[in-house]
Parts: sequence; C-alpha cells; structure tokens
Amino acid sequence: MTALPLATEKKLGLVIDLDTCVGCQACVTSCKEWNNGGYSAPLSDEQPYGADPHGAWLNRVHSYEAGEGAKGRTVHFPRSCLHCETPACVTVCPTGASYKRGEDGIVLVNPDTCIGCKLCSWACPYGAREYDYTDGIMKKCTLCVDRIYNETLSPEDRQPACVKACPTGARHFGDLGDKESAVSKLVAMRGGYDLLPEMGYKPTNKYLPPRPRKADALVGGTTPAETIPATDGSPAERLFAWVDRVLSA
Amino acid sequence: MNPAYSVILFTTASGAGYGLLVWLAFSVVLGGTLPTGNLAATALVLALALVTTGLLASTLHLGRPERAWRALTQWQTSWLSREGVLALATYVPAGLWLLVQWLWPAAWWILPALLALLAAAGAVATVWATGMIYQSLPTIRAWSEPLVAPVYLLLSLATGAVLLALLQAGFATSWHVMAILAAVLLIAAGLAKWLYWRRIDAAPRSWTVESATGLGSIGRVRPLEPPHTQPNFVMREMGYAVARKHASTLRMMALGAGFIAPALLLLLAASLPPVPATFAALAATLGAAVGVLAERWLFFAEAQHVVTLYYGAERA
Repeated sequence: MTALPLATEKKLGLVIDLDTCVGCQACVTSCKEWNNGGYSAPLSDEQPYGADPHGAWLNRVHSYEAGEGAKGRTVHFPRSCLHCETPACVTVCPTGASYKRGEDGIVLVNPDTCIGCKLCSWACPYGAREYDYTDGIMKKCTLCVDRIYNETLSPEDRQPACVKACPTGARHFGDLGDKESAVSKLVAMRGGYDLLPEMGYKPTNKYLPPRPRKADALVGGTTPAETIPATDGSPAERLFAWVDRVLSA
Repeated sequence: MNPAYSVILFTTASGAGYGLLVWLAFSVVLGGTLPTGNLAATALVLALALVTTGLLASTLHLGRPERAWRALTQWQTSWLSREGVLALATYVPAGLWLLVQWLWPAAWWILPALLALLAAAGAVATVWATGMIYQSLPTIRAWSEPLVAPVYLLLSLATGAVLLALLQAGFATSWHVMAILAAVLLIAAGLAKWLYWRRIDAAPRSWTVESATGLGSIGRVRPLEPPHTQPNFVMREMGYAVARKHASTLRMMALGAGFIAPALLLLLAASLPPVPATFAALAATLGAAVGVLAERWLFFAEAQHVVTLYYGAERA
C-alpha cells in the first residue's frame, strides 16, 4: 500500500560521516555486489564495455569542493535513499509496489509489481531511485533488508553491505528513532543534519558535517612550503647568524 | 525533465479527445435533441479513438506494460492511479452513449443526454487528474504551480472545441457557435499559459547546492568529481535541458501558431460558407496541434528537477 504508516516502530537508517569519508567508492561497489544478487536483483548495466556505459546503482559518491582558499576543502559525499518519514516516492506510486514498512521505516520497491512508470524517481529530491533499463523496474537502496535480519549471517555481519565495506568507519547503521541508540547519540554529538530539509520529506538518514579545521592546520596556498625558524639566542644559533651575515655581505 | 514522446502524445491526444467528449455532450444537452446521427457518431468515435491512442501511448513508457492494470489500485494516494481509474470509468458512459447513438437513434433524448453528461464529467475529472500528477510533485518548481492543472484542462477543452468545430463545419451543421467558442477557449488557454510562463520565470530559485549537501557553512559548494563517468538514469531522466536555450522562441511560436493564429482562423470560419469554413477549421486544427505539442514539450524541457543540484546546478 502506498499509504504511509502514521509512525514506524523503528527508524532504521544510516549516518554518514562527511569528515572521515575518503571517497574510495568501496561502499558503492560493495552495494552493487550485494544487491546484484539480493532483494532487488539484478542490478543491470547497459553497455558495460561500450561507448556509453551506465547502469542501476543504489549508492553514489560525489566529490565536492566547499569554500574558498584557506577555508576550502574537498568533501566526499555518498548519496543513497534516505528512507524518509514522508516519502512522496511512495504516495505517488500507482501500483503499490513502493511502500514504507511500518515496523522499521525501510522504503522498498516490490520488484514483482513495479510497472516501471518512473514517477517515483520524479518525486524523489535526492535522486535515490534508479530505473533498471533491462529489468524494466525501479531499483533503490533496500538498507540491505536481506542482510540486517538474515539469521544465516553471523550477528556482526547483519549490517548493510556499504557499512561493512567502509574502511574508515564513515558509515553507521542503527535505529534513529531510539534516542539512546549509538547512531542517535552520534548525530546529537556531531550535529548531524538532514539534506534539503525545506522539501519536507523528513529524511531518516543523517549526515555528519566535516569537523572544523584546527587553527594551526597547514593549508595549501597560505603557508609557505619552507619556513625559517625564529632564532632562540643559543651560541650555535648566534654562530649561524654570524655565518649568514658574512655570506650575505 | 526528459520529454518522453509517449507522454507528450498521450497528454495531447487524450486531452483533445476528452475535450471533444465534453463539448459533444454539451451540444446534446443544450440542443435538447441529438446532433445529426453521422456527426455525433463520428465525433464520438474520434474522441474515443484519440483517448484510446493516448492511453495506449502512455503504456509505451512503462518498463513493464503487461503489469499496467496494477496502476488502478492506489487511487487513495496516487494521482496517476486516479487518472487511470477515471480514464477507464469514463469509457462506460461514453461507450453506452455511442451504442445508443448507433443502435437506437430514436431514443428519448434524456437517455443519451444523461450518458453524455456522465462521460463529460469523467472526461473533465480525468484531465484534471493528469494535471495533478505534475502539479502534486514538490520536486519540480515549474510544475508545483497552481496553474498547471487548470492549464491542462483549458488546453483539453480548447483543442476539443476546435475538433468539434471542424467536424460540424465538415458536416455543414451549424458550426458558428462552436467555432467562436473554440476561438475564445484558445485565447483563454494561451493567456493562461502566458501567465504560467510569467509565474515560473519570476519564481524564486531558493533551493541551492549548499542546502542539498548541507556544506554551506564551509562556503560555496561546487562539484569536483562526479560519481560516474557517463550520465546515469537520474541525469538522463531529470537532467534534460536541450530545449531551454530555444525556450523563449518556442514559447512565442507555440503562442502564435498554436493559439492566436487558430483562434483567428476559427473566427474567420464562423463567417464563411461550409466548404471554405472546413478548410479554415482544418488549418486551425493543425496549428493548434503544433502549438499544443510544442507547449507540452516545453512543459517538460523547461522543468528543472531539484536533484540537478547534486549534479552541478547551483540553484533550482
């Protein structure tokens, strides 16, 4: 059903740390690998070795530059479904293939009933839904619903593939509806925020901002590559100063 | 937004068909008698053919057309589903009306008039639902506009009136009122469209890449490296901008060739004998078709989706 649950028991989602993400794309490829054989399988590619290769991927990592000069920095920015509390992608679906689960808030597409009208992709501000040109239906992040409840996996592996793959620990998975959960505490501590809050979709996933740079951090372009240390007045320093004066004469 | 040809064909053809259904119904009800058998049957068949062509075309853009019936189930939340339900429901009175018209032309006029009214109500509701599919999307500023659904309805009524005027002139049965009405509707639709364009041009583009990424506190945000080397589905579907550089020229062409010229031709047709009037109405129909196709193309091509912020647009 495309009617949204009034409230969900849990709000499972991701917390993504933009301070530690290094843009290695490991989450992207592990997502593709898992989901090419999982719930949403297949995740087809078009012309993978041709002139115009493209395909359905559920997780994309952009790199942006933010700020100018000494304040400027590179930020790697993973983008996937945010499992919103009020996802218009679900309510616009004419078939009921798109739905939001009442028990954990995960937004899913039923691959057996989707007609591939693509209207949900129009309704999503975050570009989270991609059309599979070969399969003829919409694909999106499942929060690895076939991993997180999978009792054939060992408990430590019951996490989304992207979270497991991240080498820097920039991705965290948990219940954002529980104020005492590790992810909720992390969001509170680091000032986690919503993307495009003005659209009113109330995303579950949160982003942690890059930490402010330390005052004495070396920044390209503003600090000379070589510096002359100040003299401390020791005999050796005075000897070198004399040599410097003689050579400069 | 990528203007899918199937969707452009669907919305323009079925829009004209539904408009034709509405004015045919009005001519039955207001006339108090059935229009000449041949004219009414021809007009009804043409209306249903246009609607059916449009609906079939709309299934062409589906990835799984064989599952299209499922789209009738979610009418409680989805305007697309409502459109499908209303479109199918409209076939019932329209089909019965055609049967009565064809098999029982001597029927008491109340019966076809009642069926005609029901069909007209279904037609108006279907076109409104089509407009609401677009108007209800908050992600596209140019569509999330109160004029979108009214313009869809006005264009449908105007193109339907043009078609009925053409048929009436072709059958040489009192086309004057319909021709003048069609001209008035075309001018009204053109005006509404012009107002719509003024509104979307003046709308503030307050969504920014800084808000999309949340990185505005650091400073201005611009893309450094894209996540993929070739455009993905999101860019192909939502990042379409080819026609924008020609937008103002195309707008003027659509207004001139699609609304003003056909309106003048129809006014001319109202004062001519049947045969030249038919040719004038035919020219008006062709003009209106070109105009409405250009208008629909622009409706998609000019619409910027908020997701473009992630792919290099600074504002949306």
